[in-house]
Amino acid sequence: MKLAFLGLLLPAAALAQGLDGQIGIHDPSTVVQCNKRFYTYGTGGGSLISDDGWTWRRGAALPRRGLAPDVIHIGDRYYVYVAANIGAQPRAAVNMIWSRTLDPESPDYKWEEGGVVASSDGVEDSNAIDPGVFLDPSDGRLWLVYGSYFGYIRLVELDPKTGTRKDPGDTPRDLAINCEAATLIFHDGFYYLLATHGSCCRGADSGYNIRVGRSRKVTGPFLDHTGLDMIRGGGTLLVGSGGRVLGPGHFGLLDLGDGVQRFSLHYEADLDRGGASVLDIRPLLWRDGWPVAGDNLASGTYAIESVRTGTALELAVEGMPVGGRRVRPPGPPGPPGAGPPGSGGGFFAGTGSPIPPQDVTQVSAQWPAGNVDVRMANYLCQAQQKWTITPAPGAGGYPGSPYFQITIAGTGRTLAASEGAELVALPAFTGAPEQLWRIEQFPDGAWRIRPKAVPGSSEPLALSAVGASFATLAKLDPASDKQRWRIKAP
Amino acid sequence: MTVRRRLLGALLGTILSTTAAAQTAAPTLSRPTTPESAPTADGFIQRWLILEPIGADGLTDSAVRAAVKKVYFPDQLTVVPHDGDTVTVGDAPLRWHAVDTKLYNVNLFHFARAQGKPTSNVLFWAVTVVHSPAEASGVRLAIGSNAASVWWVNGQEVIGIYGDRQTVIDDGVSKRLALKKGPNVVRAAIVNGGGATDFCARFLDAEDRPLTALTIRLR
Repeated sequence: MKLAFLGLLLPAAALAQGLDGQIGIHDPSTVVQCNKRFYTYGTGGGSLISDDGWTWRRGAALPRRGLAPDVIHIGDRYYVYVAANIGAQPRAAVNMIWSRTLDPESPDYKWEEGGVVASSDGVEDSNAIDPGVFLDPSDGRLWLVYGSYFGYIRLVELDPKTGTRKDPGDTPRDLAINCEAATLIFHDGFYYLLATHGSCCRGADSGYNIRVGRSRKVTGPFLDHTGLDMIRGGGTLLVGSGGRVLGPGHFGLLDLGDGVQRFSLHYEADLDRGGASVLDIRPLLWRDGWPVAGDNLASGTYAIESVRTGTALELAVEGMPVGGRRVRPPGPPGPPGAGPPGSGGGFFAGTGSPIPPQDVTQVSAQWPAGNVDVRMANYLCQAQQKWTITPAPGAGGYPGSPYFQITIAGTGRTLAASEGAELVALPAFTGAPEQLWRIEQFPDGAWRIRPKAVPGSSEPLALSAVGASFATLAKLDPASDKQRWRIKAP
Repeated sequence: MTVRRRLLGALLGTILSTTAAAQTAAPTLSRPTTPESAPTADGFIQRWLILEPIGADGLTDSAVRAAVKKVYFPDQLTVVPHDGDTVTVGDAPLRWHAVDTKLYNVNLFHFARAQGKPTSNVLFWAVTVVHSPAEASGVRLAIGSNAASVWWVNGQEVIGIYGDRQTVIDDGVSKRLALKKGPNVVRAAIVNGGGATDFCARFLDAEDRPLTALTIRLR
């Protein structure tokens, strides 16, 4: 089933906030999980660790320091590929080290040297830095791309049993030029080569941007959406500078197998953090066979509409039409007036003046105190249908975003999971885990909304439109259209 | 065209609210001829006891809640009537009719018109008895109605949907509930404004699949 793309629904001015904690890093590796913790490694050997993918702290340095490492987990080993120039550029080599764990506190934390897997001699048209490692899900073969501006991005095959070069005598294949920080991913029958174009390391003057080409074969050719080969400079833009963050680079796929995809990257300059180079994690969407950079949800007031039913989440209270209830007089209608609205023609000519938004203070005076049920209805711009979604202070998060609280705009009425895996609106937000929501974007742009906790249940559950007028919490099912929501400007 | 039909419907509704419909046989309904029936393959319950309509006005949440809260006849939230039983509402004797629908839905417009009764600005009471072969938890009642409706299962109110609306399958869905082994009484009050009126109902299992292993006996 081809789903309509739903990503462009957030107000353009709304900006998601970046990750929390110590997120300074340059050239981060792909983010990987080890014993439920998240790890990434950057240029210079430093690392960042997070328990939830939202709040980060500095971690242990790698024993081998170098440029732009990449990491992959295969079997019981974590392989890290890290490059260093060995003399003047472009003379360089990519070394592999491996460990059974990334956790420095584990007794198994011990790095072994795996040797050089790729190199450049300083004369050839390649600079063997910026490795990107890729395990092909279609056949289990392991590949490494590398390179940086001096000549080509190159591809060599590795041995997935050892992480070492499969055939050291094999001639590397040239895939792309004029870029660095390349990596490969596989999606729906295509291989995608993602690489960073533009200049790095210039702060807010860095033109870094991530571009992509695709191929039916891992060995290329990788063409962009115009048909231009990346080996001739092609590349479709995935993400460039925007908002308060400049110079995105070093794509890394983060797929936790839960139906949503994310990617890690760094910005050369985060203007809100003094122009520092910082880590971010964003949703990865797909449109017409091409990856698209999604945005983490930004604070705002929204309508929450079911993709399946087209009806919107609301408090189960009697709605009042915006502008008050107007009753059409009996009898056949007259034609709308020929003049301005309200100048004649009866009911269909309107009131003759703009109708202001509904005053929630006024209409909520009629709502019952205490807990109120939650239901769904046709969206009619009414106060009980507008939800303000904001990060819950100090509540932690998940890869890319904090947990959110969801309240009726202008009130304290808070969406919460209730006993029996149902929903309720509480009179006020208290910060309890059943009032915290994980909101993530599916690859088609729709959103999934999950409670952090559900009283009496340990199962992962998601907001589900089980009926056109009723929502519940149901077992997490990424394939279910009942669990897909549009989060729209109200 | 839709707007014109709506306007015509509303106009007719105004007229019909004070006059009974011309009596015409109900093409989609028949009197049961078997002691029990089964839900359709999609789980829809086709056998019901329906009371001839009672006048009611308004489809807002509060108007419908007031309409169903009003006591029209004794034991109206507990009685399982027999086909042909009558109750007196105001001065009018109203009769319970057992019906089987040929469709997934029960056409109340057909029902009322066949009795020569009003179809607009009315409230219909409907009752059925669903026999479950075993206790079933995590079940939901899922209904659609034209227009507003309130539903009870074994005496507990489980669904209320309000406003001028059309019948949409699985529009109103209850929270998770348990069906007892044996008889379970399902009761509905459907309030219509103007024009067509009908409802459909089925049970869904814990995976949202229709429950079909049920028997409908009206007792």
